[in-house]
Order: sequence, then C-alpha cells, then structure tokens
Amino acid sequence: MTYRNPPTTPRKSATFDDYTLSEIRRAAATGIYDIRGAGAKRKLPHFDDLLFLGASISRYPLEGYRERCDTSVVLGSRHAKKPIELKIPITVAGMSFGSLSGPAKEALGRGATLSGTSTTTGDGGMTEEERGHSKTLVYQYLPSRYGMNLRDLRRADAIEVVVGQGAKPGGGGMLLGQKISDRVAEMRTLPKGIDQRSASRHPDWTGPDDLEIKILELREITDWEKPIYVKVGGARPYYDTALAVKAGADVVVVDGMQGGTAATQEVFIENVGQPTLACIRPAVQALQDLGMHRKVQLIVSGGIRNGADVAKALALGVDAVSIGTAALVALGDNDPRWEAEYNELGTTAGAYDDWHEGRDPAGITTQDPELMKRVDPVAAGRRLANYLKVMTLEAQTIARACGKNSLHNLEPEDLVALTIEAAAMAGVPLAGTNWIPGKNGF
Amino acid sequence: MPATKLSKTAAHDHASRVFDLDQMSLRELNQALHNLAPGSNETAWEVLNPKGNHSVAVGVDQPVTIDVRGSVGYYCGGMNSGSAITVHGSAGPGVGENMMSGSITVKGDASQYAGATGKGGLLVIEGNASSRCGISMKGIDIVVHGNIGHMSAFMAQSGNLVVLGDAGDALGDSIYEARLFVRGKVDSLGADCIAKEMRAEHLELLQGLLDRAGVTGVKPSDFKRYGSARTLYNFNIDNADAY
Repeated sequence: MTYRNPPTTPRKSATFDDYTLSEIRRAAATGIYDIRGAGAKRKLPHFDDLLFLGASISRYPLEGYRERCDTSVVLGSRHAKKPIELKIPITVAGMSFGSLSGPAKEALGRGATLSGTSTTTGDGGMTEEERGHSKTLVYQYLPSRYGMNLRDLRRADAIEVVVGQGAKPGGGGMLLGQKISDRVAEMRTLPKGIDQRSASRHPDWTGPDDLEIKILELREITDWEKPIYVKVGGARPYYDTALAVKAGADVVVVDGMQGGTAATQEVFIENVGQPTLACIRPAVQALQDLGMHRKVQLIVSGGIRNGADVAKALALGVDAVSIGTAALVALGDNDPRWEAEYNELGTTAGAYDDWHEGRDPAGITTQDPELMKRVDPVAAGRRLANYLKVMTLEAQTIARACGKNSLHNLEPEDLVALTIEAAAMAGVPLAGTNWIPGKNGF
Repeated sequence: MPATKLSKTAAHDHASRVFDLDQMSLRELNQALHNLAPGSNETAWEVLNPKGNHSVAVGVDQPVTIDVRGSVGYYCGGMNSGSAITVHGSAGPGVGENMMSGSITVKGDASQYAGATGKGGLLVIEGNASSRCGISMKGIDIVVHGNIGHMSAFMAQSGNLVVLGDAGDALGDSIYEARLFVRGKVDSLGADCIAKEMRAEHLELLQGLLDRAGVTGVKPSDFKRYGSARTLYNFNIDNADAY
C-alpha cells in the first residue's frame, strides 16, 4: 500500500469568485459590458441591521387593534396649491412605459389607487392606462423629455424632476431595440428597433441655480398647483437635498443604490452610489439644518421590502418611502411559476434581471404582445394593493409597539443597530451600548 | 385679476391686452394667458418691460399673438402650444423649450438650449443662437438667421434645424432623425453626424422652412444637409471609440 500525501481541498479565490470568473468570460466572448435591470445585488448595510426597541417601563405601547395609528401623509405643502394627500406613506416609484408593459403600468395604477397612494410615470411619457387607473399620478420630468407635453403636465397630480436615480447616479437611460415597439417608438419620437440612449443631463438646465429657474417655469406653466419633487440618486444626499430645497422643491426624493433600473451596466449598478441606509440621515440632517424638516417632505427609495423597512425609514426622519422592485414582485415578477421559462433563459426565478431583453416570462418587463397578456391588470393590481396593505399593517404594528399613534412619530431613539457600520450610517447606538460611531468624538 | 391693472390702448387692436411687468407680476400674466378660453376674442397680447424676467408666456395653449417688448430671461414661451410669440429683444436660455406648436420669433439673439426638446411649431432666431441650439429636438422646426454655438442638435430626434450662418463644434452629436441645414461653415461634426446629399425633396422642404421663417434672398441650394449616419443605432463594440 503506497502512502499518498493528503490533498488540500480545492480552494476558490474570494477575489476571483465564480461570478467574477463568469463575467470575465462573458466580457471576453461578447465585447460588451453586461447590462441588466434591478438595483445593487451586493450585500450592503441595510434596514435589516437596525432593530426597534419596543415599549418598556419607560415607554408604553398602544393597543394593537384598538388605538389608532395614523399612516397618512401630505406631500407638497411647501408651495403647491394642491398638495397630495396619501393614506399611506408608501408610494410607487417611477417606472417607464417601454420598460414595463401597458398592463403592468395599469396594474401599478390600480394597486396604488386601491391603497390610497400615488404611482409615477417614467422615462417614456404618460400612458392612458396609468393616467386612467391612477387616482394620484406623479409625472416624471426627465433629461430625455420623451413624451413630455403640456396636456399631460397639466393632468398630472405632481411633477418629479428627475436628476438621477440610485442604480445609476450620473447615468442616463437605456432601452434596447427589442423593446422599442411601434407604440414605444412613437411616444419617444424615435425610430423603431434602435438602442435608445437617453441623456444623463437635462438639456436645458445645469446646476442648482438653473434648477431653481426650471422649477419656477414648471410652477408657472401649472399655475403653482402641483407639488414639485426633485429626485436624486444616492450620491451626495446632504448637499443634493440642501440644493433641491434651495431650488424650491416641495419634496425631495432620494434613491439609494438598491433602487432598481430598467437597464444599466452591471458595473454602474454595483459600484456607483450609496446604500439607501447611508443616504437617509444626511438628507434628514440637511432638512433639519435648513429648518425645513417636515416642511419639505423627504421620500426615500431603494430596497424597501416590508413594513419594518417602512417603519425604520420613517423613524430615521423620512416622510414616505417608495417601492419599485417590490411592487413588480407583487405583480408577479420573478414568480417561481415560470421557472421552466427562466431556466430556458439561463437563469432562475428570483435572479431574473435581463429586463432589457423584453423576454420576461412574467409579462411585466416586455413589449411582447403575447407575454404581456400574462399580466391581468385587475388581479395584479389587487396583489399590489394587498401587499401595500400588509406593509402598512406591519409598520403600524411596530409603531404601536413603540407607543406611537402615528407612523411619523417614530424617531431615531426607537432604534438600535446590529453593526457598527449601520450604527454609523443611521446615527443610532450600537445595540447594547450607547455608542453612535462618529458622534461625540468617537 | 384686478381690472385696474389692465389697459386697452387706442394704439392697439380693440381686443389687445397690455401687460406691463413693471406694474403686474409674472404670475398674473401667465395666469391671465392660461385663463383664456377657446375662441376668446382677446387674441392680441403685449408684454411691456420684460426686463429679463424668466418664464414669460409659458404654457400658453390658445392661438393668440404675444408681443414681448424687450429682452427675456430663461424659458420664454416654454411648452408653447399654438400661440405666436415675438420677442422684440433677445432671449435667455431655453427659449421655446419643449414647444408643442405655434411659433416663437426672437428679433435679437438667443442664449443656450434654444428650442430644446421642442415637439413642434416654428422657432425663428433672427440673430445668433448660442450653444446647444435644438438639443434633443423632437419635431420642432428652428431657423436661425445668424450662427449657432457648439453641441447644437445634440441627440436631435426629429424636426429641422436651419442655420443661415455658421455652426460651432460637434454639430449633431449622437443625432437621430432630425435634419440639419447649414449655409455657412461647420466647425466640426459630432459623433454619428455626417454630411448628406441634398436631394430635391430636401430643397423643397428647406424652401418651405425659409418661407415660413420669412427669409428672403437665400437659396436652398446654398445649404448643406447633415444628419445621422445611423451607425450608433444599435450597439456594436467596434464603434465604442465613437462614444
């Protein structure tokens, strides 16, 4: 019997992991950067790293099913003659017709309306489906200005000037040729089938001083009726918030890097911008420093999944949150029922993110007439409404446990962090200590 | 609207309304224009003392004429839908931005982004236009009697840009289907923008644009046509250097 030296277990590099190797092979084979939908997938400090303390001897809770816990929020009270009043502090984020199918946009409108909240257009103009089925519709004013027109501007309930989004702060839109159908092409004034590149900068203003004049124009056009939001990607939340307030915004929307996109370079999604959790306190601080907290409302988006996330965001000083990816999942995105078809596309339910290819088995991120039939707007809208209701109940449950009769009465003092990173970002103590990293010289 | 602030002058048509921005606010002016009902006989408007005000006569959606006696700031005539605005002076950035229809004539010069993202209508600049003239235009027709600055017609999607003078650097960068006609020299063309053959249909189109803009004594054959090479319409790694 010969003795063999014991082998070592095959060891893969943490640096060159399987995904990295596959990406190098893909790049070498295709010569094109990887484009995909959704937001950052890497592990990031997030709301999971925060916990509520709940009631104790010094704090008493509200009765769960007896004592009211208000969830309503008013957006746009600073300047607009007609501020938006929402029943819940969870809105549906901007997603374009073009990126999404008509039935999917209709479903978002139906779900939001059933829930007493707003939905938002996207980089493709306003469709009749969503205007008709959305009681409260926010009309995005984007660098591309695709489909932008006076009639739609006036029949919107609010206007959102989009400076950036969390998945790609500093990046423009992208809609590949497969999804530029006749209808999408017409709305965007583009030839059918081209790879549409939309601008990253607005064509007629640059910088905060111009933005102030642009907002004045939009107010004059709409007779100062409509709330004007300014949406920024999570890049420099303190200064972006302060500058948006200075420019005259009624509402500031800050979108962290987990916020989704219809199609952006993977390298951009994963390497540019800040996590949602890291954006909130600087944005709130900017409002507080200017004496504008609760006067200019703050909406935060990017990775909001459940009522706990909603409650934590509100406790950190946010007025409302916005959901995009989660809303699509509620409609049916990445549903395991389509697993066989996901497999044919080389992926699996839960990981499908080639939304730009227009072959979505769930019929949501597509312009294929056959695939989009898979979305029943009424049923999908109902699912979204159910989901929004559950999130709201969850947030109320937590708020009552903290003794709060309004979600907006939650406060940082109700929170602790599980990690030093989350404690530093959220500005709340590390659990079991009174240490807030970065505060009091430590 | 306080009636005492309105004046009807004998020097003007009986239906004209005169707004003096030294006496009344911009808000009052725009609100009065927006309050116009279809078929109103208040079809002639005059704005005095604009003095560089921003957003003069924005979002007008009735077929009235508006004479602005002086120079304006940003976004004059923004989103105009059907009115005929004449600026008897120069215009700041973004004159006629996102115009839907109607016309805007600037007797003087225009600053940056003239006619940006315009969907329709006619914008005439009788002087020069600065950089980014016609940026992202989507169907508007723009006629500039003088020169235009750099990066004009950037990502221009549709419509016509006519320049009787010269064009600055990077004309028509990343252009889609807009047509550009330049009589003078072009400092440089942007990515994917090329000189194109001027065929009979283009000469006819150009003559029509010149006529609509009130340009006389200029022949369409004096112009060169520029447009998209369409090489960037679908991504190809071998074109990466063009970006």
